[in-house]
Amino acid sequence: MITFSLNGDSVSFKGDPNTPLLWVIRDDFKLKGSKFGCGAGLCGACTMHLDGAAIKTCVLPVAAAANKKVTTIEGLGNPEALHPLQAAWVKHNVPQCGYCQSGQIMAAAALIADKPDASSDDIDQAMSGNICRCGCYPRIKAAIASVAGNSQSYDATAVEATS
Amino acid sequence: MSAGASPGIKRRDFLRYSSFGLALSSGGITVLAAAKTAAPANSLNPYVMIHDDGRIVIAAPNPDVGQGVNTALPMIVAEELDADWQDVEVILAPIDASRYGAQFAGGSLSVRNRWDELRQMGAAAREMLLRSAAQQWGVPRVELTTQPSKVLHTPSGRTASFAELVAAATEQPVPADGEVVLKARADYRLLGQRVVNAAAADIVRGRPIFGIDVSVPDMVYATYVKCPQVGGVPKTANLDEVKALPGILDAFIIAGNAGPPSFDLRKSIHVAGGVAIVASNTWVAIKARRSLQVDWDTSAASTDDSRAIEATALSAAGRPTGERDVKRLGDPDSAFAKSSSIVSGVYATDFVSHAQLEPQSCVAHATSTEVEVWTSSQTPGFAQSTLAKLFELPAEAIAVHQIRGGGGFGRRLSNEYVREAAVISKHMGKPVKLQWMREDDMAFDFYRSPAYFGLQAALSETGELTGWRNHVVSVSSDGEEANYGAGYRGYNFPDDVVPNVHISQTMVASKTPTGAWRAPISNVYAFAEQSFLHELAEAAGKDHRDFLMAALGADKWFKPDDLASLNTVRARKAIAAVTQAAGWGRAIPKGRGLGLGFFFSHAGHVAEVAEVSVNADRQVTVHEVWVAADLGQIVNLSGAENQFQGSIVDGVSALADQRISIRSGAIEQTNFHQYPLLRLPQSPKINVEFLASDYPPSGAGEPALPPVAPAICNAVFNACGERIRSLPISRAGFKVV
Ligand code: FES
Ligand code: FES
Repeated sequence: MITFSLNGDSVSFKGDPNTPLLWVIRDDFKLKGSKFGCGAGLCGACTMHLDGAAIKTCVLPVAAAANKKVTTIEGLGNPEALHPLQAAWVKHNVPQCGYCQSGQIMAAAALIADKPDASSDDIDQAMSGNICRCGCYPRIKAAIASVAGNSQSYDATAVEATS
Repeated sequence: MSAGASPGIKRRDFLRYSSFGLALSSGGITVLAAAKTAAPANSLNPYVMIHDDGRIVIAAPNPDVGQGVNTALPMIVAEELDADWQDVEVILAPIDASRYGAQFAGGSLSVRNRWDELRQMGAAAREMLLRSAAQQWGVPRVELTTQPSKVLHTPSGRTASFAELVAAATEQPVPADGEVVLKARADYRLLGQRVVNAAAADIVRGRPIFGIDVSVPDMVYATYVKCPQVGGVPKTANLDEVKALPGILDAFIIAGNAGPPSFDLRKSIHVAGGVAIVASNTWVAIKARRSLQVDWDTSAASTDDSRAIEATALSAAGRPTGERDVKRLGDPDSAFAKSSSIVSGVYATDFVSHAQLEPQSCVAHATSTEVEVWTSSQTPGFAQSTLAKLFELPAEAIAVHQIRGGGGFGRRLSNEYVREAAVISKHMGKPVKLQWMREDDMAFDFYRSPAYFGLQAALSETGELTGWRNHVVSVSSDGEEANYGAGYRGYNFPDDVVPNVHISQTMVASKTPTGAWRAPISNVYAFAEQSFLHELAEAAGKDHRDFLMAALGADKWFKPDDLASLNTVRARKAIAAVTQAAGWGRAIPKGRGLGLGFFFSHAGHVAEVAEVSVNADRQVTVHEVWVAADLGQIVNLSGAENQFQGSIVDGVSALADQRISIRSGAIEQTNFHQYPLLRLPQSPKINVEFLASDYPPSGAGEPALPPVAPAICNAVFNACGERIRSLPISRAGFKVV
């Protein structure tokens, strides 16, 4: 049995310890925010935090999470207030299809936690493991930069839709 | 709901809404706000429902796979309804042609096709609210107007919210077309503004709104293994061994149809033969694939070799004319005979895969009498009709729920994975979620067709374009008709613009399935034609912009009043705007270049300039791209801009290093390590300008894609003097960094 913290709750998993963390979270713990894109560590759609570091979980055996802290997109921010990056994502109207975006936000959140004033190069480097097939990169970068305080923000006049 | 309110919410639709609720209660999906509106109350028409608490629910009729129509279409209704957007909740409409007509996502048609209908729906609902206020207050209708989400009696200052009026408004007869006056454009409050995607808040929270997130009670998990050689079918497999693995519920052969599938969206009920593995969860099913051994019958399978196809096609395209004439305008032969110079160029593009980020999945529950599916199909209507045909059931027995899709680009137009899921479910007697692997997605796509163009132009002594030949070499599975996306594109430039035109065609055999890939046909035509026009400008010793402007000929709308036809006035405006924005003609440092491309497709006139640099190692940096477009009126400025930015990124991504190669009928690439997509650091700065336009709005998903490749390849030429005539540019050793 593998025990770990999932978004602050202690949970345990009894199945095959080689099961990738992504599928444990999606199928067993029913949190669907983390996505399956490639299953090979190539796209970042499955990015979660393991003890605060951004990790591609489609290739991470759940055993590697034993006694560690796993945070998923559902555990970022809290029900009342979005994480500043989530809010920036909405304000910049980043998503197109949106499928990559929880992975993008988790990768960005690990960067911002580590470097609150991340530079343009820091952003490029931290985000290069996450594919956005729809090509939202200009907005992803603008949203992160706005939180990092070196805003190259545009589209700031966007009207928020009721959600 | 009054009998007069056409055509009414039927019991069947109520059940469909309920089934969303059912899925939700089992910890499954939320579909935008559908969960909060289990039963549509106070409906004024199929699009507008207003709740007592003030929420205004607007149904989004067409699938959204990232093109933003779940925001844009409800905005059109909200504008004419005069709803405060802050009060609006968007739900996904049930699939029901009787109320919503053709519900599909393709051809950048959602906004264009629904523009009149949705304005009418919004305005009619508003009129019902106004009339009910007039009746309640005993005042003439003409003294009433609306402010966002409320009715105002101007003389008395009396107001009532839509929510207060809606119950009585449902008793009003539905105004006929022409009985309501649509808003003047100057009175728009919402259209043309920047509006955040209606799904953004759910997306950033990771809410379960995608096809892959659907779960229904008693659902089991399936994977489906098909023959790598496309069109092969299973003879035998080690099923007992697979069934013995822990967690495996079943493994069985589906005989299926032998031979590659066709991209016939309306008719195809093709189910590729394969082996289904069904398990208690996704990973157990995936893992079992490693233990599966299948003996395939490949007698009807494709034997394509992409290198051989290309070699045959290129040698054909080197001839100025092909096996059959497509059209002759003027006297091309004498134009070429009399020309002062002839310029030739053979252009080629490879097979390309869609690689939408969400691999195909579908939840299906099929019994002997009913089939219910949850799918991110771009053509849910065809999912319904082809399932009915496949299972020999009446259409009413097939329920299709539209679910948001993680990218489409044309990949979700076909419904073969929906049929696979339904067949597996019927065998299991249970709801099944079929999950494709990335490897399945890449191996069993309907690819963008390769295209080959042998282009020739006749130039006069003064450098005017007097003749145009295009020998279109098309892949064809039967030698008669071009495969999807490989053919001649129809009436457009250079017809009736260049005085003498000869189009001919030659077929080259290929059985690999092809389909619609973002701006089909246009994407490859644009690269060839717009690069070649730059070659001609160079040969004529003219500025590219000036040459292009002149090549468009006289002011002309190809089919007056048909928005889907080229209008050279609008084209020239876009070219003028983009070259001005990019500073065309400015001094550029050595090793850098500006390149221009224009294309008309999907009712959009789009011109682009790219600025690139090329170093000695053939590394190409795309620094900046400018886009100017006449798309007609803009519905959601932020959404349209996002589509354009995405199209530029997609264009760079595809031209850089995306190619599918085929050996013995099997696709050689399996995942993103062999099929790279552009990453954030390679993404250029993008400037989008939508030209002021009074034409009706057209779709933003596709028309910005075609000009990208020629703009960049022309810029590469201007930077380093080397002409690129084959995509991706990695084939010539260039690398986008
Ligand atoms: S799904 Fe994990 S990196 Fe792609
Ligand atoms: S928004 Fe579609 S993949 Fe990023």
